[in-house]
Amino acid sequence: MATQTLYEVLGVARDAGADDIRKAYRRLAKEFHPDLNPGKPEAEARFKSITAAYDILSDPEKRGRYDRGEIDESGAERPRYSYRPHAEGAQGWKYRPEGEMDIGDLDDLFAMFGRGAGGRAGRGGRGEAGFQMPGPDRHYTLTIDFVAAANGGKERLSLAPDQWLDVTIPPGIEQGQILRLKGKGAAGLGGGPPGDALIEVLVAPHQFFRRDGDDIHLDLPVNLPEAVLGARVAVPTITGPVTMTIPKGSDTGTRLRLRGKGIQRRRGDANHAGDQYVTLKVVIGLGDDPELAAFLRGWSDKHKTDPRGTMGGAAGQPTGEAAS
Amino acid sequence: MIGADELLRRIAGLDRAELVRWIDNRWIVPDDAGGAWLFREVDIARVELILDMRRACAIDDEAMPVVLGLVDQIYNLRRQLRRLCDALEAQPADIRDQIRRALPPDDNRGT
Repeated sequence: MATQTLYEVLGVARDAGADDIRKAYRRLAKEFHPDLNPGKPEAEARFKSITAAYDILSDPEKRGRYDRGEIDESGAERPRYSYRPHAEGAQGWKYRPEGEMDIGDLDDLFAMFGRGAGGRAGRGGRGEAGFQMPGPDRHYTLTIDFVAAANGGKERLSLAPDQWLDVTIPPGIEQGQILRLKGKGAAGLGGGPPGDALIEVLVAPHQFFRRDGDDIHLDLPVNLPEAVLGARVAVPTITGPVTMTIPKGSDTGTRLRLRGKGIQRRRGDANHAGDQYVTLKVVIGLGDDPELAAFLRGWSDKHKTDPRGTMGGAAGQPTGEAAS
Repeated sequence: MIGADELLRRIAGLDRAELVRWIDNRWIVPDDAGGAWLFREVDIARVELILDMRRACAIDDEAMPVVLGLVDQIYNLRRQLRRLCDALEAQPADIRDQIRRALPPDDNRGT
């Protein structure tokens, strides 16, 4: 999870005036002051973060520096993202000006300075008839979707409208992995061998699946009867839907394993398969249903549970009504 | 790679309308993941660069494309030169010596 901004900590807008910030601070400080909340460490922690936020936001100079990104939430100097290492690094090709030189082979460089191949021979005067040089490598990036990365397969990388490379994606490829296609780079010079194509693979995140090594994780919504009574339901996997049994008496957070439904790949001589982990999320989804409400009124009197019992004192003894 | 929300959260002083305008102008070119924007490290660093140029150097929207165009040309040149250097470095010592000898001194400053 991303950290809260100081404005979020105080619950004010980014363009809030000094008065609004002071009011928000006083209101929250009263609510969470440790002396008014004895024995509640979470109130103390909250009070500290509120005060730290106010320290920066109440000081016009510090607030300006924070807004400009010069200091972070704790007031510490923020590390600068320097553009140069990125611009000169592997991703720098992205902002290459259109039509600009890319030294595909040496001739491009000579051409740039108005020297053809003839000029080269004429200038040196040394016999260069036998000059051979392997072609340079070409660098590309290819963005593929999550399922394609998990299962592997063929992807097509277009270079130009009528030019492409067919790329074989190994199952379970990782974000940023680089594939080398031998001999698919630029042509060699003077009969030298061609270079290679180096393809950096980027994996787009998936709406439902997450990945942990070769295991796939998925949150699966189930309704109340499915959780309480058990059910057989269809679950998406990276190789298509499968039927899974929800045991009766399941709950939100219950984690089920589909053995071998993760990423399958060869490791050495053996086939290896990860698992898919399905975490249930109970969704009531009925809104205001009178029949369910009537049933629960009678039922809940006889079945007391405390779902917030594990939260310790944090949920006990309300000090005020929350606005909603 | 991060989405637009995370980018806006991470970089204080950048608002959404501004970011959208920069993307429309193609000053920033995020990846397109099924209709959502994804920003790489190079994009994030470039956002910071544009913010810096506006604040510290007072470069306005009119001048920004000129500056970015020059910046891009320089970095492209530097990347290409680096590739050339890598190729030269990979040569045997005697070839490197030959090249060194053939390299004219940089003192032909027009007469």
